[in-house]
Order: sequence, then structure tokens, then C-alpha cells
Amino acid sequence: MNSVAFIVIAILTLAAALAAATLQKLMHAALSFAVTFVGIAAFFFLLGAEFVGLVQVFVYIGAVAVLIVFTILLTRHDVEKERGFNWSGVVVAIAVFSGLISAIFKTQSVSVAAPAIPALTVKRIGEVLMTNYVWPLQCVGLLLTAALVGALILVLEEKG
Amino acid sequence: MTDSLDQIFVRGKQSLLASMAHAPDWLVQIASSLINIFALLAVFLTLFALMSVLERKILGRIQNRYGPNRVGPFGLFQPVADGIKMLIKEDIVPARADKIVHFLAPVLIASTAILALGIIPYGRGMTPFTIDGGILFFFAVGSTTELAVFMAGWGSNNKFSMLGAMRAIAQMISYELPLIITVLPVVMIAGSLGPDTIVAAQAGYVFGFVPRWFVFTPWGAVAFTLFFVSGLVESNRTPFDVPEGESEIVAGHMTEYSGFKYATFFMAEYIGMFAITGLGTTLFLGGWHAPIRMLEFIPSYVWFFAKLSALLFVYVWLRGTLPRTRVDQIMNFAWKFMLPMAFTCIVAAAVWHYTGRGLRGWLWSLVVIAIVYTVLSALLDTRKKFAPRTYRFAE
Repeated sequence: MNSVAFIVIAILTLAAALAAATLQKLMHAALSFAVTFVGIAAFFFLLGAEFVGLVQVFVYIGAVAVLIVFTILLTRHDVEKERGFNWSGVVVAIAVFSGLISAIFKTQSVSVAAPAIPALTVKRIGEVLMTNYVWPLQCVGLLLTAALVGALILVLEEKG
Repeated sequence: MTDSLDQIFVRGKQSLLASMAHAPDWLVQIASSLINIFALLAVFLTLFALMSVLERKILGRIQNRYGPNRVGPFGLFQPVADGIKMLIKEDIVPARADKIVHFLAPVLIASTAILALGIIPYGRGMTPFTIDGGILFFFAVGSTTELAVFMAGWGSNNKFSMLGAMRAIAQMISYELPLIITVLPVVMIAGSLGPDTIVAAQAGYVFGFVPRWFVFTPWGAVAFTLFFVSGLVESNRTPFDVPEGESEIVAGHMTEYSGFKYATFFMAEYIGMFAITGLGTTLFLGGWHAPIRMLEFIPSYVWFFAKLSALLFVYVWLRGTLPRTRVDQIMNFAWKFMLPMAFTCIVAAAVWHYTGRGLRGWLWSLVVIAIVYTVLSALLDTRKKFAPRTYRFAE
């Protein structure tokens, strides 16, 4: 059952990603990119990482996708214009892909029988975040606050 | 007797599943999910039909008129007539609209609204979709609504639609913050993101008669009020319905929708309202618990839906009473008042917890909230600054 689900989700995710890369209208591309995010969240669910999957939906659909869509709307005036073929993008994509593939092939394959992993509950994640990883968490919080204040200052200047 | 009445739906589902005991496991699982989905849709679509007519009746009563009373007894069959009308209406798609996006927006908005209903415990052992991070699921699914509203606004290729969608998204994003932050104290105190655990944490009574609902603590009362107002904004209801302020921008992102697509938007709005009030009931009003011990013989789901109906009545009441607020007023209120108060709730809940969750904690958390409220209201006081209004963009 899981392998069937995997194949279905993989096809949907890859199709959405392909659509995001090839669709003529930028807005359509952004929306199919959002579908890709949903597909990735589905993978997390399939792997039992409930929390990560939910956060994926929450952050990437609720915030990042809306942000992308708004950015396109507010900055580009040629949304309707047809895009030319982006060769530099192809080069970068191939470079990243080959890098990842070589890294995958270089790592030694682990034994097939995975050890039993204790169920990763939200409570456990919270505990770990507040004990072992409290410094990274605080640093991220500081960074985000700085970004927020910076954004506010950028907006305030317009008025004066 | 009382137990069997309380568990009648759970038992019914079990006996339905028992009839297919020979089927493989995955088939039973799918059948179980399908039963849940079917029950959820049946109950809430009926409630939607009922609500649409009752709302008009109550609004009529508030405005000193009859309301719908032609179709069926007391006009109760009005939703049937409305449904038939909506179904056979012509579906108009603007020639310059983006056909696919225009079509997908109502589908997305309705399906996500219904998904959010899945995690709410409707009674003892009656949660359709039990998940560890249920509250997170609710908000994750709910955040998709913004994208759907955007799709509706952009796909229509109409300035009113686009402006309405922008307004809707701006106020939804602004109020999502206080909405989620007011949920945090409950999650902190209950120690779980699961709705079932949160309901279980509100069982029992203090002094033997006051139910242990979170709304009866100072932080809970404040958080519930903030949650309720934010929920009002999230479901785009009066007094916060600027996204569809018909005197300014026709019908906002729904301008170019007609027939059944419009009905779908309408339905999604109501389902979203049920979901947010249902979550409020679960988080603050003790879910399906009875208010006093003597009344515990009444089945749990009756209590849940009684609380839900009470909250929905307040929604209609507010709609009939309050005028529409201005866009900038809504935004100012969110960022300058709601957000600090929501953060105060977290602090007050922590104070309540560390001073022993008793009477002392109750008083201390009240003190925290009172101090912040006084300071905030002194800072935000605009009474002294009344002056002729200046316009920045219009003369």
C-alpha cells in the first residue's frame, strides 16, 4: 500500500514541479509550485514525520506560496509575457542534480533492516527543541526578529 | 442507558465495520474513513442549510421584519429552494478570466474548509481524524484558504476581485497571528497539540461545581475573546467583512462567480465558520463536557452542538448589530491591540501554572492581564487626538 502511495505522490509531485518549470504564465508556475509543496508534505506524512509534514503545509503553502504569488503580483508588470528559455537555469539545475547524485553514490549503503525508531511525537520535538537545540532556536528567533524589524523600517521610510 | 445513548454513533460505526470482518485490513480502514467522511459531510451540510435559513430568520427578528417564511413551515425549506435556484443558474465565466484558476478556486476553498472539520472531537470518542498534532493540522489546512482566495481574485481578471482578494489576504494574515497565539496558552497548559487531550484536560469541576473549562480562568477568558474576534475576521463576517464590502468593491473576490460556484464559496464560508467555532468550543469551552455534573446524562455530542450553536448565534447577533469597520481600523486593531494581548495570555497562563493553578494563580494571572490591558489602552487612547480627518490618497 505504501509503495503505491509513494508512486502516486511521486508522479504528482514531479508533474507539478515540471509544470512549475515549464508553464508559460508565471502565476500558473507559482501555483503549481504550491502543489509541489503539498506533494513534499505528503511524503513526510508517508514517512511518519507528521509534525514536519504539517509544518511543511503550514509554512510553505500558507506563507511561502502566498509570498511568492504576492511578489510576482507586486513587482512584475510583464506577468502575461512569454518567458524565453533560461539556459543558465539549466546549467545550475544540472550542476545541483549531479552534485546530489554523486553524493548519494559516494555514501555507503546502510543495511536494509532499519532499527526501530521511537514514534516522533510533537511533545518529543518540543522537548528536544527546548533542551538540546535551544541555542539554534534562539538564534533563528533573533534572526527572524531582525528581519521583521528590517521590513518594518523599509516600510516606514516610505511615509516620511 | 445513558452510556448507550452517548456512544450510539460509535457503536453504530463499529457494527457497520463488523459486518465486513472478512475483508482485508486496508479495505476496512478505507471503509472506516469513508463512514467518517460521510457522517461529517451529512451533519455539516445539513447544519449549513439550517444555518442559512436560521441566520436570515434571526436577522429578520433583529431588524423587526419576518425573514423568509414562504417555503414550507416557518420557511424552513428555504435552503432547498435556494439550492435548486443556485444549481440551475447560469454559470458565467468572464471571457478574459483564467479558466482553470477560476474553476479551481472554489474547489480548493471548499475542500480545505471541510478538511479542517476533521480533527474536532464531536463527542466522547467521536473524533473523525485522530492525529497527534491536530491543532497544527487545523491551522495548516486553514492557511491554504489564503491561496484559494488569491486564486479566485486573480483568476477572475477583475479589479474588484483582485482588490477584494488583497483585502481578504491582508486581514487573514494579520489575524492568523493572534488566532494562533491565543491557542498557544491552551496547548501549553494541556501539554498537547491533540484536540482529544485538550478536551480531556478540561474534564472535572473546581469546588465541585465550576467546570474546569479554560474559559473560566482569566487568561482563558481573554484568549477566548481574542480567539473569537480573530475567528470572526478569518471567516470574513460582519463587522469584518471588508473583503466583500458591497458598497465599495461589489463582492470582493466573489464578484465574478455565479451559480453553483458562488454557492460553493458561500458554503465554504459557513463551513469555515463552523470549524472555527468548533475549535473554540474544543479549546476553551470544554469541548463535549457538560457544564454541571447533574446534566452529564445528556449525550456528549448534544453538549458539543449546543455550545457550537450558541457561538454561531453570537456570530449572527453581531452581524445584525454592528456596522462594518474600516480596513485601516481592522489592521490597527490586529497589530496594536490583539497581538500584545495575545502574548499577554501566554504570560498569564504561565503565571497561572506556576502559582499552582488554584485561586492564587487565578488572581495573579488576572493582575498580569489587568496591568497590560491598562497600559495598552492608555497608549492606544485616541480620544485626545480628535482632529479633522486628513486624507492621504483622496482629496
